[in-house]
Amino acid sequence: MRAALHRVGALLALVLALVMHAPAQAHKPSDSYLTITLADDAITGRWDIALRDLDFAIGLDADGDGAITWGEVRARHVEIAAYALARLAVHVDGADGPKCTVEVGAQAIDDHTDGSYSVLPLTVRCPKLPKRLTIDYRLFADLDPQHRGLLYLQAGGVARSAVLGPQAPVQSFDLKEASRLAQFFDYLRDGVWHIWIGFDHILFLLSLLLPAVLVWGGRQWRAAETFGAAFWSVVRVVTAFTAAHSITLTLATLGYVSLPSRWVESAIAASVVLAALNNVWPVFHGRRWMVAFGFGLIHGFGFASVLVDLGLPRDALALALVGFNLGVECGQLAIVAVFLPLAFSLRRSWFYRRLVMIGGSLVIAVLAAVWLCERLFMFKVLPF
Amino acid sequence: MPFPRVALFLAPLLLAVLPAGAVPHVPSSDSVVVERLPARATDPRMRELIGLRAAWRRDPADANAAVRLAQAYFDQAAAEGDPRYIGHAQAAIGLWWERPDPPPNVRVVRAMLLQYGHRFGEAVADLDAAVAQQPGLGEAWAWLAGIHMVRADYAQARRACTALAPLAPPLIATGCMAYVDSLTGRAQPAAAALRAALQADGGAGAARRQWVLTRLAEIEEHRGAVAPAEAAYREALGLDRSDVYLLAAYADFLLDHNRAAEVLVLLKDRARADVLLLRLALAAKRAKDPAQAGWAADLAARFAAAQARGDTTHQKEEARFALAVQGQAERALALAQANYVLQREVADARILLEAALAARQPAAAAPVLQWMAASGVESVTLRALAARIGALR
Repeated sequence: MRAALHRVGALLALVLALVMHAPAQAHKPSDSYLTITLADDAITGRWDIALRDLDFAIGLDADGDGAITWGEVRARHVEIAAYALARLAVHVDGADGPKCTVEVGAQAIDDHTDGSYSVLPLTVRCPKLPKRLTIDYRLFADLDPQHRGLLYLQAGGVARSAVLGPQAPVQSFDLKEASRLAQFFDYLRDGVWHIWIGFDHILFLLSLLLPAVLVWGGRQWRAAETFGAAFWSVVRVVTAFTAAHSITLTLATLGYVSLPSRWVESAIAASVVLAALNNVWPVFHGRRWMVAFGFGLIHGFGFASVLVDLGLPRDALALALVGFNLGVECGQLAIVAVFLPLAFSLRRSWFYRRLVMIGGSLVIAVLAAVWLCERLFMFKVLPF
Repeated sequence: MPFPRVALFLAPLLLAVLPAGAVPHVPSSDSVVVERLPARATDPRMRELIGLRAAWRRDPADANAAVRLAQAYFDQAAAEGDPRYIGHAQAAIGLWWERPDPPPNVRVVRAMLLQYGHRFGEAVADLDAAVAQQPGLGEAWAWLAGIHMVRADYAQARRACTALAPLAPPLIATGCMAYVDSLTGRAQPAAAALRAALQADGGAGAARRQWVLTRLAEIEEHRGAVAPAEAAYREALGLDRSDVYLLAAYADFLLDHNRAAEVLVLLKDRARADVLLLRLALAAKRAKDPAQAGWAADLAARFAAAQARGDTTHQKEEARFALAVQGQAERALALAQANYVLQREVADARILLEAALAARQPAAAAPVLQWMAASGVESVTLRALAARIGALR
């Protein structure tokens, strides 16, 4: 009974929160939102213009009661379209190139933070398929020079954005498909870069690689006999890590799974601690690839948040995903390529087996433990 | 580079602002109200604006009509905290906006609009030119004093106050000088001078008294004289409750004294103005009010919208939001540093110190510490923060 009462209390609080917070209409400078999309050789668009601005320009509030009704807006749809179109020109190539015709479809209403907007669906017909598009935007330039048109232009798998207004009324945009290859390499580079600056990923990998040139014999680490044995041990770890993080990177990027970043980042730090401690007090010596796989799943979520922050082209998602992932692998392989020969040549020395393997692992564990606390309790001690 | 990487970063930002998820709708009937305008056409203030607008329309080249209209829109923007009116004001003097040599009264209005967009250098140039041509232009001197204060140029501010003194009512003249004194090591005499002037000029208009009372409240607050500060704030609010600046200053005072619940009451209908929404969000967070998440989301959306149009005039507010609501110390510090390049008042100094502390980067606080030493500013809050920064080093 008490528990049930608590539930009701919590629910009430939630409902109150929803009721009490009527979103306040913001005071904001005047903006319009112009979206133009080139797909399958057709150009379509959408233009959201604030009713308040339209009222100031052409007067929508017919009865002057301070409230604009849908009827008052509907009665002026033709004038709204004519007023807006007279202040927008789309050209093929430069501003002196052939002009495209723009038509407005059936208008509707949408709500933005600062009030309601009339939504004008656009159909743009150009005399020829444009390689470059020029937009000449003059809306409200005479009434409110601080008005801006926020353009979002999508073509050839690339999204461009621009701020139109009296400060820059005419702007041109190259629609040539940004070469897919160049785009792919951009993501590849980002992937490589991310693994190199991601100390937590590097340290995790190193913690798993350090013992690869050694063999756990009873109570201590001994040098691996052949390069082949060490090599295959590394291959197993790297492959398992790669397979695992590829799975979660893909799932998270495509939006199938989503975890709070604070927990992901904390779990990544925890994985580094455990992997490093496993070198000092081995539990998983023979099956490190399983550790790599299990924790690799968590690291994948970390990679995904970076990729999402970079921005994803909606129609080139696979390209971005594969490029970024391959970049991460290349970055990893570069680290392995430096590590393996070095570690293999040093594996018999006391320096490697005690100082690097045990001392290094302890340092990594301590460092990662600090990260873990930082990420769990949201404070900052380390500069990286 | 085949396509600018910037676009990749900007695009998600714009996507956040764009109604990508929202589907436009068609209201169910003609009688559905889809938008409420800020005022009816019959509202006295609106009627005045409509009259001024008609006069300007008849002859847009008449500088006096244009200035009157622009001034009225500017006043409206200040009272409502609504930047759309700034754009309308700019349109009113549009004929002269790009001209190198407009008449002095147009220059003053242009400077007012420029400083609104934090273009302080250009505003000062306009005002200097205006007073050079017409030294009796009291309003220009008042704006010069204000802008120099914001930029912490106290010698220039004092010069402007001196020039203003014979042109302005005694209350304003005293207020101007006291404002400068209060930040240059003479806070106590400044407060006494303001009190004496208020007493001597009992018949001054409400707006003027309110401005002086607000100054007095701030001076007392900086000195750590809590009760006198509160009394001055309350007296100012008793005159008129619409001034956005005054409400924001009093809300900050309440927040500093752990009275977040009172802020929620004071500002509950004023969330339209960003600066007041910020105080609501801060208060809701402190009071663990259930509206907290909603206010924070609203404010984040507004900052995103401002950023999408390339507007950086919100950096001080955004820094406070990032620090106190979002817990992002480093972003807050970057914003506070960028803001401090342009604006150097006590509040600007304070957020920079707070962010530097939270981000554990004492070196970032250096410009504020230098300013504190050079100006002799008396602020208990700044001094306490500076001491903590010192301990961090």
